[in-house]
Formats: sequence, C-alpha cells, structure tokens
Amino acid sequence: MEEKNIHDDLAAIRSVMERSSKFISLSGLSGVLAGIYALLGAWGAYYFVYGHGRARPYYAVDSSNLTDGGLRFTYIYNGEILFLLLIAVLVLLASIITGYILTKRKAKRKGQAIWGRISRSLLFYMAVPLISGGGLILVLIYRGVYDIIAPASLIFYGLSLVSASNFTFTLVKYLGLCEIVLGLIAACLPGYGLLFWAIGFGVLHIIYGSLMYLRYDK
Amino acid sequence: MKVPFEKLDKAFENRLRLQIMSVLMVNDRYDFNSLKELLETTDGNLASHLKGLEKEEYIVVHKAFLGRKPNTTYEATEKGKEAFRQHLDALEKLIRQQKAN
Repeated sequence: MEEKNIHDDLAAIRSVMERSSKFISLSGLSGVLAGIYALLGAWGAYYFVYGHGRARPYYAVDSSNLTDGGLRFTYIYNGEILFLLLIAVLVLLASIITGYILTKRKAKRKGQAIWGRISRSLLFYMAVPLISGGGLILVLIYRGVYDIIAPASLIFYGLSLVSASNFTFTLVKYLGLCEIVLGLIAACLPGYGLLFWAIGFGVLHIIYGSLMYLRYDK
Repeated sequence: MKVPFEKLDKAFENRLRLQIMSVLMVNDRYDFNSLKELLETTDGNLASHLKGLEKEEYIVVHKAFLGRKPNTTYEATEKGKEAFRQHLDALEKLIRQQKAN
C-alpha cells in the first residue's frame, strides 16, 4: 500500500463519518441574512410601538411610562399585537425561504441530500421544542400575558438549537446556549423584549452566520 | 521500527468496506438505502460487501418491515469496532513511519 492510498483511505473515512452523521450543508450566509431581516423587523416594530416615527400618533405614547432609554415599562396594547405578530411571521418566513434556498445550493455542492435521514432527525429535534414553545406562547398571548413572549421565544429557540446540534456543526450548540441565557436575562427585564429579540435573533445570528461562513461555507 | 503491512485488516482492503465501517462507527444503525445513497454505489456492490463484513462478524443485520416494505438496517459489532480501531492505528503508524523516512 502506498502513501497516496493511505491518505485516500483516511480522507474517505473522515468524509463518510462526517456526511453520515452530520448535516454539513447548513449555510452560514443564510444565518447572516436571517439576522439582518430580524434587525429590520425589530427596527420597524420599534418605530411602530414607541412612536418615534410617524407610524403612529404621538398621543399613544404616555411619556410617564418611558424609561430613560426610551423603552416602555408597560407592555404592548391589544391592538398592537397583531401587527407585531405580522412582522414576526414575515421575518420568520423570509428567513426560512432564504435558509432553504442557500442550504439547498450548498448541499448540492457538498454532495449531500437535503432531505435524508440526517436532515429529518435535525428537523425533528428542532421542531419538538419549537412547537411546544410556540404553542405555549400562543396560549399566553391569548390570555394576555405578553411579557412572556420575548423570553419564552428566545429560550425555546435556544433549546431547539441545542437539541438539533447533535446533527450538525457544534457552533449551533453554542448559539443555542447563548439564546437561552439571553432569554433568561430578558425574563428579568420585562418591557425590553424587543431589544432582546433584536440581540437574540439579529445580532447573534449575524455573528454565528459569519463564523459559519468563514469556517465552512467556502 | 518497521510496521508490517500484515497489521492492516484484510477485510478493510476494499475502500467501500472501509467506508461502510466508518458509517457504522458513528451511527448506531444505518439502513441499506441510505448507505447506498451516501456511498454512491450500486445495490449489488453494496450487498456483496455487506455480506463480506457480516461473514467476518464485523456487522449484524436487522431485518424489519416498515408497513409492507422491508427495511434492513446494519449495526457494527464490538468485534467490528475493535478491528476498525486497530486498522486505523495501523494506518496511523504507517504514515508516521513514512514521514520518518
């Protein structure tokens, strides 16, 4: 056996071990884009809720309710929640579509099937915490407990990333842990939900996406 | 020190067998069709090498039905895992030796 052969053997082992157990086609670029969508959404929501722009009449903001940072102590009004949900759904849809397209492209390049046993496991382990969290949040919205939305969504999203991370890059696990910690901090500071959302879904995604892009996308 | 080539496991001489074993080292079980897709090989080729590994008692076969479709999965035995580790060790030694020369 020649040296070239041994190296080929080792390369084959390594590649098969990785491809058979991990979904290595997740696109880093889509993480960055999802972060940008989230920041845009947060910016829109901020203007809508806090009325710094012309999106809503000034009288709707009671300045006695504002903190020093211009954020509000009291929570969202009933009428606002639908519009905010709409923004959130739009951001989510845009992120999913971008993620799907870019991941499909990368899967093609890496020679990995986008719909196989690994991506199925990945989605399943991601869906369990996400759907339980999403259901819980919807129930709480219905009951008017709005200040739970930001911390709960960050925590459940973090849990879903940690549980799915066995099937993809380890980086995803650390992103998940950061989201959980952020969610717990957000729970201590009600009224700042939007800010934590912008950090968790915007800033963290951009950081994680860039790291992924630099390490694995090329 | 010279590492004899006999240390390398004959059962893993074939690249496909080596790859099958690699898959079963990191996954508890793997089914036939997924293996075929992952390793980009034909039914016949894959089946014959799986038979070979089974004969060595490096893997065990589990036959089950998913509804009416047969679903065959494969699992590495302790013996197979040990043999694979030793084969890797031997490869590593060979490389080190070649570097030294």
